[in-house]
Amino acid sequence: MNERDEERMKKLLQQALPPVKVDAEPDGDLWPAMLRRLDEKPAAPPRIRWAWMNELWFDGALLAGLIGLAAFFPASIPLLLYYL
Amino acid sequence: MQEEASIVLNQFRQGSETAFETLFHQHQRAVHGWILRIVRDPATAEDLTIETFWRIHQAHARFDPAQGFEGWARRIATRVALDWLRAQRTQNELSIEVCAEVAAPAIADPAVSAEIRMKSALAFGRLSPKLRIAATLAVIEELPQKEVAAALGISIVAVKLRVFRALRLLRKELERQGITP
Repeated sequence: MNERDEERMKKLLQQALPPVKVDAEPDGDLWPAMLRRLDEKPAAPPRIRWAWMNELWFDGALLAGLIGLAAFFPASIPLLLYYL
Repeated sequence: MQEEASIVLNQFRQGSETAFETLFHQHQRAVHGWILRIVRDPATAEDLTIETFWRIHQAHARFDPAQGFEGWARRIATRVALDWLRAQRTQNELSIEVCAEVAAPAIADPAVSAEIRMKSALAFGRLSPKLRIAATLAVIEELPQKEVAAALGISIVAVKLRVFRALRLLRKELERQGITP
């Protein structure tokens, strides 16, 4: 996509989704709703003790996979960097 | 005046509810406006404004008064909006009626038909939230890339890349539908 195409796409996008009115305001004061939110007790996520472990396991597996891919297929490194 | 603002920020950092209320009233409009630009739905923007300030309230101890409140609040608001866009991704499209309602009156280009505009909006709604948010702020809202980068917590180059990728994917999608932009 060259610069001209890029400009054309920008114009098309602006036509499709015009900018939001800058002076748009919330309906009234949101403070009462804020107070209600602050009063709510935060719900404890279930199995919170193991949640971090699940995430860690997944992150580790993903990292190992990516390292393996980069080691066996070095040509994939630019592609991986592009999608980071 | 500036000294007073500094006192409020320091009090907020120490967990003062009064200081939080003051900051809420000072910044709710700006935060709401910022979120509205991203999600384009007034009711959702209100809910996410509350969510943003709730996160701000929870993170008061991590706030650095020297960095200023507005930029910090904007970064949190952007993350909240991004989380919402991710959660909404299953629905996979923007509400055209909402867009039309919120958006400023378009200077309609007669060369671009309503159908193409609608298809473009729908295709845009199917992009990944990360790309969408960058393109929304930088292209649709025409905000300076530096401002967008600060809000997203990425570099200006990364903003340019995301915008480029968003436009390229949008073009591909439209071409797939037989529309040559």
